[in-house]
Amino acid sequence: MEKVNITPAEKTAAVPAVRKKRKWTADHWLAAAFLAPSVILIFLFVYGFIAWTGYVSLSNWNSLVPDWSFAGLKNYWYLFHDFRFQADLRNTLVFTVLFIAAVIVLGQLLAILLDQNLRGESLFRNIFFFPMALSFVVTGVVWQWLFNPSTGVNLFLKPLGLDSKWYTDTTILGGFHWGKIEFGIPVAIIAVVVAAVWQMTGFAVAMYLAGLRAIPDEVREAARMDGATEFQLYWKIILPLLRPITVSVIIIMAHISLKIFDLIYAMTGPGANFVTDVPGVYMFETTFRGNYYANGAAIAIVMLLSVAIFIVPYLISSRKGGS
Amino acid sequence: MRKKASAWLALALGIGMALSGCSSSNSSSDNAKQGSQKAGEKLEIFSWWTGAGEEDGLKALIKLFQEKYPDIEVENAAVAGGAGTNAKAVLASRMQGNDPPSTFQVHGGAELNEGWVAAGKMEPLNDLYEKEGWMDKFPKALIDMVSKDGNIYSVPVNIHRGNVLWYNKKLFADNGLQPPKTFDEFFQVADKLKAKGITPLALGDKEPWAATHLFENVLLGTLGTENYKKLWTGELSFNDPQVKQAVETFKKMLNYINEDHSSRNWQDAAQLVAEGKAAMYVMGDWVKGYFVNDLKLKVNEDFGYVPVPNTEGKFMVITDTFGLPKGVKNPDDVKKFLAVLGSVEGQDAFNPLKGSIPARIDADPSKYDEYGKQTMQDFKTAELAPSLAHGSAAPEGFVTKVNQAVNIFVTQKDVKTFIDTLASAATELKK
Repeated sequence: MEKVNITPAEKTAAVPAVRKKRKWTADHWLAAAFLAPSVILIFLFVYGFIAWTGYVSLSNWNSLVPDWSFAGLKNYWYLFHDFRFQADLRNTLVFTVLFIAAVIVLGQLLAILLDQNLRGESLFRNIFFFPMALSFVVTGVVWQWLFNPSTGVNLFLKPLGLDSKWYTDTTILGGFHWGKIEFGIPVAIIAVVVAAVWQMTGFAVAMYLAGLRAIPDEVREAARMDGATEFQLYWKIILPLLRPITVSVIIIMAHISLKIFDLIYAMTGPGANFVTDVPGVYMFETTFRGNYYANGAAIAIVMLLSVAIFIVPYLISSRKGGS
Repeated sequence: MRKKASAWLALALGIGMALSGCSSSNSSSDNAKQGSQKAGEKLEIFSWWTGAGEEDGLKALIKLFQEKYPDIEVENAAVAGGAGTNAKAVLASRMQGNDPPSTFQVHGGAELNEGWVAAGKMEPLNDLYEKEGWMDKFPKALIDMVSKDGNIYSVPVNIHRGNVLWYNKKLFADNGLQPPKTFDEFFQVADKLKAKGITPLALGDKEPWAATHLFENVLLGTLGTENYKKLWTGELSFNDPQVKQAVETFKKMLNYINEDHSSRNWQDAAQLVAEGKAAMYVMGDWVKGYFVNDLKLKVNEDFGYVPVPNTEGKFMVITDTFGLPKGVKNPDDVKKFLAVLGSVEGQDAFNPLKGSIPARIDADPSKYDEYGKQTMQDFKTAELAPSLAHGSAAPEGFVTKVNQAVNIFVTQKDVKTFIDTLASAATELKK
């Protein structure tokens, strides 16, 4: 069976362009002239500043007075020996895994439920998608209140004998030591994951719903003819067909979770014992409060690299898919 | 063909418009510059005074200034955030980008001297001090806090006391307790309260500086003023046994705090004392402004105050000052504002509302409440000690590292790691 194309990107790229060496016509020059300003600006303000940050991260600029002398990898060495940064890496890893898993599972589930031709579908679509319209700062403030140990949901939980500390809990589940830190799942992170999932699931629902709608009815009918149950239909046929969407969702959620700052900053801050600290918050405090510009730049570069680990293979694979 | 030509034309037009756009914006900014030389640039006052009492105080000060100089336009550029944590970030990026506000709030001491003055970003104000005759109106120790290498760099507007133990009068009376004067008494009182199911000590370290504030008070109480000051000049090592003793006391105190401390900021923690859920609270005297202005409590009726145990006769001083950054367009207007800020009139307009006491020694005590009068008296006689948590004792970078170490210590309670971290961070101080 032919692979069914469902992502919009693949649809548009379906007609393979024949590459030939041609002379540049006036049209090409015109196109280049129109593109040139944005290309120049992007090179300057995106790649230029990335290079600048990289340069700062190798300098000794760790006070209000700029010091451009070359420090080598000193700032990076310091970071990876720092308790706080090790805790950040653990938190980011735990947060990313839990967050992406929850968004994908919930997104698929809700999308499949929404796809059952129910009445008032657009109402539910709006309800699920609405949190996306809020900023992470608003989400953080609201959930901070909901999870506050002395207010919010705890007012209902306390009479039931549940005394939850949520984001103030300093327990780390799993607990084995790695470097200076206790490695495991910080309980407080779960509260933050809940808030982040609440905000981003709507996006995954929308993506999966579009994907489900793009699957031709013939596929389902054929499967039913062959005697597949509804569960088998989804498990063996529909979900595998949605895999390209899952890849897109993972890429988008991964870059959000790896550079997350505003949600955590508004909701918990670094947290006691840095149980909810992430590199974004650390970078902000190091650079703008401690005036350790070179250390801050080093954190920023590590964040960039961690995102690149996800994005670059995706870019390469989508380029291959396109040509 | 015609299509192509029109596209080229569009491009040419676009470039032309972009160019003319640039040039017109240039000329308009030139105009603005010329206009400002006549009408005066806006006077931008940068601070983190957005809370109830402090905002009222700032507005009273601005009102006084505008009565004197109605021609000068004032912009209140305050950035919210406890202890200026957010404002300092905004300020740092503006100063680095050579876009300084006309004048900005900065704590006297290392934050000013080792920060902006060392970076060459401040203008000296010696001539202003001489012109206004301020040299004997501010205490010498205070002028030293805003001076570096013989030059004075800012004007103090207020004094806050950092070593105050606030307590709930009713809880103390009901349980027949006296406010503690020593750490031993503190732990006796705390044990009695704990036995009754009352949280003895409130803490709100969602922003870690609040825990650092408690720690620096224990340091001052254990080491005494002289040795406490020596910590910040590198003359006394953090490996000293006295520091260890202070850390042990601090650790013991942490057994008596509210469980949800890491979800509370300093106001939320003060609220525990106001509501009678906690008995004592170590915090600066901005708490008084919060109790009186926001919670409508009465001094010495609803809440009482004593110096933090072992710190009687000592004064943990926190002073907000304003200076003149290099490169501002209207230095004369800024000096006019600083002159009002440093005047008796200005200090007495600002401080009663903010809940602090005036930095001048000749201000009018009758304008201040019971707490203010007593603190003004204490300020004249006590030994002054700079606050670490509020940037007076050591540079911001060191304070950030101490905050991190304290944040970890409050959970892990590992004395050795804590002292090692402080000692290794302190190697930066000697530079």
